[in-house]
Formats: sequence, structure tokens, C-alpha cells
Amino acid sequence: MIADFVAACIQVAVVGAGGPLLVGLLRTLKARLVGRRGPRPWQPYWDLVKLLGKDSVVSVTTSWVFRVTPYVLVATVLVAALVVPVVVTRPALAFAGNIILLMYLFMLGTFFLALAGLDAGSAFGGMGSSREVAVAALAEPTIVVAVFALALRAGTINLGGVVERFAADPLLVANPGHLLAFAAFFVVMIAETGRLPVDNPSTHLELTMIHEAMVLEYSGHALALVEWASSMKLFLFLTLLANLFFPWGVPAEVSPAPVVLGALALAGKLLVLTVALAVLETSIAKLRLFRVPELLAGSFALALLSVTAMFLLR
Amino acid sequence: MVSLAYVLAVGGGLAAALLGLAGIAGTTFTVRAPGLLPLGGLEFALDPLSGFFLVLIGGAAVPASIYALGYGSNERRGVLVYNVFVASMCAVPLAANALTFLLAWELMSLASYVLVVQSGEREAVSAAWVYAVMTHAGLACLLAGMLLLGAWTGSFRFADWSATASALPSWGGSLAFSLLALGFATKAGVIPLHVWLPLAHPAAPSHVSALMSGVMIKLGVYGLIRIGLDWLGDGPAWWGVAVMLAGIVSAVAGVLYALVEHDLKRLLAFHSIENVGIILIGLGAGMLFHLADLPALALLGFAAALYHTMNHAAFKALLFLGAGAVQHGTGTRNMEEMGGLIKRMPWTAAAFLVGSAAIAALPPLNGFVSEWLTFQALLQTLKIDRPEVNLVFALGIAGLALTSGLAMACFVKAFGITFLALPRSESAARAHEAGGAMRTGMGLLVLACVALGLAPTLVVPALARIGADVMRVPPPVDVGGWLTLHVSGEFASLSTLAVAAALLAALALPAAVLALAGVGRRRRLYETWGCGRLLQTARMEYTATAFANPFKRIFDFFYRPATQLDIEAHPESRFFVTRIEYANPTRSLVEDWLYRPALSALHRGARRARAIQSGSANLYLIYILAALLALLVLA
Amino acid sequence: MLRQLRTAFRTGIVTEPPPPGEALALEALGARLGEEIHRRFGRSLHIRQVDAGSCNGCELEIGGLTGPHYDLERFGLHFVASPRHADCLLVTGPVTLNMAEALRRTYDATPDPKIVIAVGDCGRDAGIFRGSYAVVGGVADVVPVDAVIPGCPPSPRALLAGLLAVIGRTP
Repeated sequence: MIADFVAACIQVAVVGAGGPLLVGLLRTLKARLVGRRGPRPWQPYWDLVKLLGKDSVVSVTTSWVFRVTPYVLVATVLVAALVVPVVVTRPALAFAGNIILLMYLFMLGTFFLALAGLDAGSAFGGMGSSREVAVAALAEPTIVVAVFALALRAGTINLGGVVERFAADPLLVANPGHLLAFAAFFVVMIAETGRLPVDNPSTHLELTMIHEAMVLEYSGHALALVEWASSMKLFLFLTLLANLFFPWGVPAEVSPAPVVLGALALAGKLLVLTVALAVLETSIAKLRLFRVPELLAGSFALALLSVTAMFLLR
Repeated sequence: MVSLAYVLAVGGGLAAALLGLAGIAGTTFTVRAPGLLPLGGLEFALDPLSGFFLVLIGGAAVPASIYALGYGSNERRGVLVYNVFVASMCAVPLAANALTFLLAWELMSLASYVLVVQSGEREAVSAAWVYAVMTHAGLACLLAGMLLLGAWTGSFRFADWSATASALPSWGGSLAFSLLALGFATKAGVIPLHVWLPLAHPAAPSHVSALMSGVMIKLGVYGLIRIGLDWLGDGPAWWGVAVMLAGIVSAVAGVLYALVEHDLKRLLAFHSIENVGIILIGLGAGMLFHLADLPALALLGFAAALYHTMNHAAFKALLFLGAGAVQHGTGTRNMEEMGGLIKRMPWTAAAFLVGSAAIAALPPLNGFVSEWLTFQALLQTLKIDRPEVNLVFALGIAGLALTSGLAMACFVKAFGITFLALPRSESAARAHEAGGAMRTGMGLLVLACVALGLAPTLVVPALARIGADVMRVPPPVDVGGWLTLHVSGEFASLSTLAVAAALLAALALPAAVLALAGVGRRRRLYETWGCGRLLQTARMEYTATAFANPFKRIFDFFYRPATQLDIEAHPESRFFVTRIEYANPTRSLVEDWLYRPALSALHRGARRARAIQSGSANLYLIYILAALLALLVLA
Repeated sequence: MLRQLRTAFRTGIVTEPPPPGEALALEALGARLGEEIHRRFGRSLHIRQVDAGSCNGCELEIGGLTGPHYDLERFGLHFVASPRHADCLLVTGPVTLNMAEALRRTYDATPDPKIVIAVGDCGRDAGIFRGSYAVVGGVADVVPVDAVIPGCPPSPRALLAGLLAVIGRTP
């Protein structure tokens, strides 16, 4: 019980602290790849601290939906941090749901953020909301079908169960279906977290924005919460990719040595994924908005192929 | 007087719900009046499944009738019919023979027809006409199917059918199944038999729409459960496949239609089609698992279907009541004329938000639980060792996921455009909040949505017992404790209670920490950022049409939108535009490819047939003679 | 992708060392710049650029700041898309009649505490456009200005030095 509680605290702390660091690292890497010195990896911390100390300006048009949304976003991600196997395979809330719950938790956040985008009554916000829900809706089938592929292989869709099963029998991972599912999930991760080529997180042009357009109205501590939540979401998605598809080193029991080892293994895997993401983001341009569905349809096809492969190579 | 009638309906609803609970708990009884009418007379029986639907009807009638006390208390028309409607709906699941069933079914259809037509508006009258045609086409199918079964089994009692169905030839069972399924699917609003639903539901008063969408179409589902699992015994696998495919098509197409619909009540009506689809996906999974002799999984699919039936009754009734309050407060159903209602109608807005979150399957509310259960059933398809069935299940998984994503998008639109930002019209700016009775009705349903979301561990075992009774299999042994629901042992588990507690804690903790640290205390109100422009007006807001536009473009093969642009220029120069009119209507595949050809064929046939209607008495005598001769020869 | 990577490795990092510590040509106005600003924004300053009627000369130079050579992001400075996100308004150009109200509204839309920096000779006092019927005046005639970076246009180096001096950052 106490060990579980400690593990839960560690998970939340790792995700809460790791999110901004991950985003900072990604920015640094991207800057280095285009020949800039770039910000320090821990720059997002300074940004968040500064934002927390600032006043906020709130539009008179908005309602309570706009004001609670940052808290809802943070809450959904924090709860998700207790479901995803980050440093232990069965975190505190693992019993409360599986990846379907996780997917719908993120959808809860998207739902509120999209409403907040509409709440100020500006055309930018509405545009962002409309696009965000379109992308989120199209990403949904890929996630479930990719998970279905994993469930075929592991015989369970409890996240902890999948991780333990693959960790116990590493040969299960060596399967074309597994790699296809990974590729499908990677594309969905890009769409869900608003990275290139689906959405450009550092754009200044409102007409090309998706995620940014919805948060244009936020300021001060509310903006800090939104940014923190979205960085944690990126962290969690990358962790899912790392631990679900390459589940080595995630400890099943909660004791100091394996947890530290697990954290180190996770850091290593995340570093690889972050470098990959940075290289990808510097070498491709943003897709035209109405080409994004084609990308997502492609990822869905990958997921279906992976199911077929798993099925045939059973 | 009017109020008294609605109070009576509340009492009736409570009584029905209590009776239904007794039925679920295992009480059974039969009431017979054989001599009263031919074909076996009236006969009513209570069993767990009919008890479940009684609970549903009673449970939805109570809040709807309380709401009606505030909504329609100065409207005398339709009060009596409303009571008849509720009573006949209660009679349908209780009916134990064909005649009783058909009488109750037709009474229900007629009562709802009268309720749809009663406003007398042109739109309502034409909607009611389509409704009457479709529902009677459905009735004809039911009648044919039931008469066939009666002739083959020699009895019109449902209990006899279940006992003797296995003796039927397989083609006979399939024919009866097809006919009855067509009839029930028409009532349930399964695509492509749904055309009446988005017309008729919005035309009725909102408490009636709530019952029609929340409960009445579920009686179609009731019929499908009966024919799929009870009356006709175990059928071939294609029954289950057909049910599931119909479910997938209805779910995806229903939500796609809803996305481009900007009449609030019509949007909700299309979502009813979508949700019936989700129910049928679960039911189809249950049927297929049942045929594959996997009772535990069959119960899982069945419980998911019943759970979603109940949940849909709760949140759809809530949403229709909310839409009614909006219509009451603003005088319009067109979302493009709404906006900003959250400030004028805070209670309605909060209730509608809960309903929207529930129908979008967001945790920890009820819609999430039943969709989760459906997913768990679908994901275990590999236990059936038939690739073609697995493929259908995989389609179901993808379809359900797409549906839930699109439903979330649609309810962002429904809530966001209706309630948030600035009012888009004078009437929305002057909207008024719903009265106490209406708010009570909505409040009860909000409680139902939350309770059904948090208590799956109480509900699922009860539903599984109902399923065990219908399918005649032993009930599942272990589905987890009070906190956690377990599905198929280690396969998956869910605890919405824990998720809700964690969400609350995760909401409260950061807020408390920030408040203690003194962060966010200073807040300044200022206008929306618009790049420094002078005045923000509602015309700068995103509209419902604009919001749905990405979907129109992504799914253009489905919508086939036609752009109509009408520009009126100044006479002096075409560069000075005085008026621009833009319309982007979508076309319905079903209407273009199914109903329009069918109707024109019907018209052509009727024109041909006119030749024999000359008006001459001699000619008619010859017809009678010919008919008599033909009968004599055939006999 | 590979070509991009190859270019990246071959080129290395071309960012130049930061300009010398002393402010090149910053004119600080008022007493607000100081410890408080340094403490708050010393490590992170988000900038919203406002063109109040400039000839776009200053914009060209500001655009250079984000490139590899001057790279202002390494100091925690960052351009943002909305004044709601901004700590600092970087205003260029003489304020024209048509842009005066927009500038005022942008100022009001920015959450406190905030800094306003006028850029270029036009920003300081409308420059050669002073007295024109279409111009209200310098930035300070419309919103309170904390600092001015003069020049026509100021070079990216001067801009960077000015910004760093405002937030009290000595590289």
C-alpha cells in the first residue's frame, strides 16, 4: 500500500517534472540541428515559473468553462500519469482502466480545450477547436486498432499486463506486426500532441494553427497550466511508445533499485525517441491541413496491417 | 387539470419502474384474458428482460413528465395522448403473445404520431406523414413475420415460440428473422430505415422527443434482442453479423449526419441513430459469442448493449430536455442563431454539458462505461476461430472508435456553438432560464448519468443476470468487487469510481496549491484578442457551419456537398459587392440511392395501374368475376 | 532527411557569441526597469512584436534575431503569437492614426507586469515622419514606453544587446 503510494508519487513527479524538460530538450535539439545554439533544455521551467508569477487577462466574453479548462487539462494528464506504466509496470491506478480509459481521458481534455477555444468568441479559437477535434476524431481508430494488435499478441489490454508479457518474452516483440503497430502509434502520437507535420507548435500565423489557436486567449497561470499539461501529454505519449513497444527495464515490483533502474531505462528510451522526433521535425514541412486526414488514414492502414500480421503469424 | 395528468404520468412511471425492478430481481407473473379477443386474447408476462425495459420506460417517463409540468402546462392538447403513449410503451415489453404485442405496438406508434403532428405546423405534418408511412411499413413486416411464426408453430404465444423454434427449418427461421428484424429496425432507426427519425423527433414537444428518442426506439432494440436470442432460438451466424454490420453503419453514418446538422433537435435525433448503432454493435457481438458457445463473452456483449441502452435513455432524454429548454428560452432550434446562452441559462447549460460529456463517452460518466464494455467485448474476438467473423469484429472496433471521436467533435459543436461566446441573434440575447419543474426534470437525469457512470460494479452483474436468463446460460461468477469491474479475468478492469476520485483530487490539488501560493489572484477582464480590431461582434465568431466544414471536406465522398455561391455586385462595378450568399448543403446517400428511386418506381407503377381504374361499373364486375374464377382454380 | 542531417553536421553551430555586456545604445525611460524586471524576466521573456506603421526596415532586422547567427532563443527570449502570452511589446514604426487604437488595445490585452520597448528612430519620436498628418507620434505618445532601441533601423546586434540590457542579462 505504502509502496504503491510512493510509486504513484514518483510517477507523478517524473511526469510532472519530465514533461517540460522533454519539451525543452526537443527545442534545444531542433535548434542544434539547424545550426543554432538554442535555448537550454530547462528553459521551459523558467517560462512556467515566470507565467505563474504574472497576472492574467481574461476575455469578458468567456464563461466558467474557459476558466476551469486549464485545471481539467492538468487533472486528466495527472490521472493518466497514474495509469501509464512510467517507472513501474502497475502504477496506482492501473486497476482502474486500460488504454481505452487513457484514450478517453485525453479526449476529455481535448473536449474541454476545444470548448475553451470557442468560448472567447474569436474566429481563431473556433478554427483551432474545429481542427483539433477533427484530427482527434480521425486519430481515434488508429489508437484502438494498434492496441488491438498488441492485445492479440499479449493476451490482455491492461497496460501493465502488456508490458509484463513483452518484458517476460522479448521475442514477442520481434514481429513485423509489432513494428507496424509502433509506426501507426508514432503517427498518432504526432497528431495527438500537435507536432510537425500535423501542427507546428512554434508557428505565429493564426491561420495555420491547430493547438496554438485554441490557447491564444490564455495568459498568466492559466497559460502555464495549459503548457504544462500539453508537455506532460507529450511525455506520456512518448512513454507509452517506449514502454509499450519496447518494455525492457520496467520494474514490476516497487523497490528502490529497480525503480531507479527503470527510470534510467526510460530516460534512455525517451532520449532516443526525442532525437528521432527532433530530426523528423527539422527535416519535414508542415502538411496542408486537408492532407492530414491522408496521413492519419495511412497510419490507420498501418495499424490494420499490423493486426493482419499479428493474426497471420500467431 | 393538465398538471394532474402529468402528475399521473409521473406516478405511472414510478409504478412501472418499480414493477420492472421486481422483474429484474426475479419476480415473474402472467396475466391472461384469452376470451377477450381472437388469436389468443390478451396476455401479459413479466420476466427480467421486460422488467429491464419497464425500468427504462418508467425511469425516463418520471423526469420527462416532471419537465412537462413546466414545459407544457398551459398546453391542453396532447396530454391524454401523452399518457396513452407512456402506458402503451409499458405494455410492449410486457406483452406475451403476438396480438397483445401488436396492439400495444400500434397504439404506441399512433400515440406518438398524434404527438408529432399536434403542433399543426407544416413541417410537423409532413414529418408525421413520413413517420406514419415508415412505421406502418415496419408494422406490416412485423405482422407478416408474426403470422408466419404463428402458422408454423401453431401458437401465438411467445413462450411457445421459444420452446419450438429449434424445430423450424433454417430458411423459415431466417425468413421470420428477416421480416421481424426489418420491422424492429425501422422502429429503432437503423440506417437506411431511419428516414422518419430525424424528421419526427424534433417535431414533437421536447418531453415527447426525450421519450421517443430515449425509450421508444429502444423498444425496437428490445424486439431485436427477443428475435436474436429468445423467440427464434439459435440462428445461423449471419444474424449476428447482420446486426453488427447494421450497427456499424448506423453508428458511423448517424454521427456523420449529426455533424453537419445545425438544428439542435435534429442533431440529437441523428445521434440517436448513432447510439442505436453502438447498442447493436454490442448486441451483435453478444449474439456471435453466444453462437460460438462462449457464454461469458456473450454476456459481456449483451451487458454492454443493455448498459448502453440504459445510458442512452438517460443522456439522450437529458439532452432533448435541455434542447427543449433552449427552444423554450430562445424560440429557435437553429444553432446558428444561438450562442452565449451559458450566461442567460446557467442551469440548462450545466445540465447540457453533463449530457454532452456523457454522450461523448468521456470518463467517468455513463456513456464511457458502456462504450468501454463494448470495446472489451470486441477486442476478444480471437476467441472465435472464424476469420470472417474476426474481420467483422475488427470493423466494429474501428467503427466504434471513429464514432466516439466524431461524437466528441459533434458535441463540442453542439455545446460550444449553442452555449458559449456571444449570442448570435436578438432572441438568444434575450433568452430566459428554464423554470423549476424543467430544471428538476433535467437534474434527475444528470444524477442518473453520474450514478450510472460511477456504479458499473452494481449495474453490470444485474445486466449479466438478465442476459443469462434470456440466453439460458449460467450467470457469470466473478465480475469484481464493489470498486473494480473485471472483464474476463486478467484481460481488463475498470473502476470509474477510482478515476472520478483521482480526477477530483487532481483538480483540487493544483488549484489548492496555486491558491495557497497566491497565484492567479489578480485577474483583469478585457475584450477578446482580435489583433487590435475595434469591436467584437457575434458575426466574427465561428459558426456551426464553419465548425463542421473540415468534416465536410474530409468525408466529402459521404456528404457530397454542393457549394452554392450567390454574389450580388453593385451596378457600377462588380468589385463592390452588396450581398453574398453562401450555402453548402450536403446530400443524403440513402435518399438519393434508395428512397428516391423506390418512390419514383412506386409513382410509375401507380401511373400504370391507373389504367385499370376506369370508373366503369361493368369493368369492375368483370374484375370480381376474374378474381373469383382465379380463386376457384387455385383452390 | 539524411541530407538535412548531413548539412546540419557539416555546418555545425553558426551562432555568434553574444554582444558585449554594456548596452550598445539603449535609452531607458522611467524607473520601472530595474531589479524587479531583472528578477521576473531575467531568464524568460516572451515578446510580441507590434508593427504600428513601420516601413518594415525594423521588421527585417528583428526577423534576423531568430536566425542561426543571432539566435535570441538561447537567452530565453521568444516571439509569441498573442499579446496574452507576451511579457514585452516590441513596437516598431511611427504610430499611424489607424494603428494607434490597435496599439492601445494590444497594450491592454497584455497581462501585467509588462515592458514596452520602442524600436527604431520612428518608434522613438516618429523619426522622419514626425508631423505628418497620418502619424500620431512616437510609441510613447500612445502607450507608456519603458525603453527605446534607436537606429534606422537598429541592427540585430543592437536589438539583441538592447533586449538583454532590458532584462538585465549579462551574458
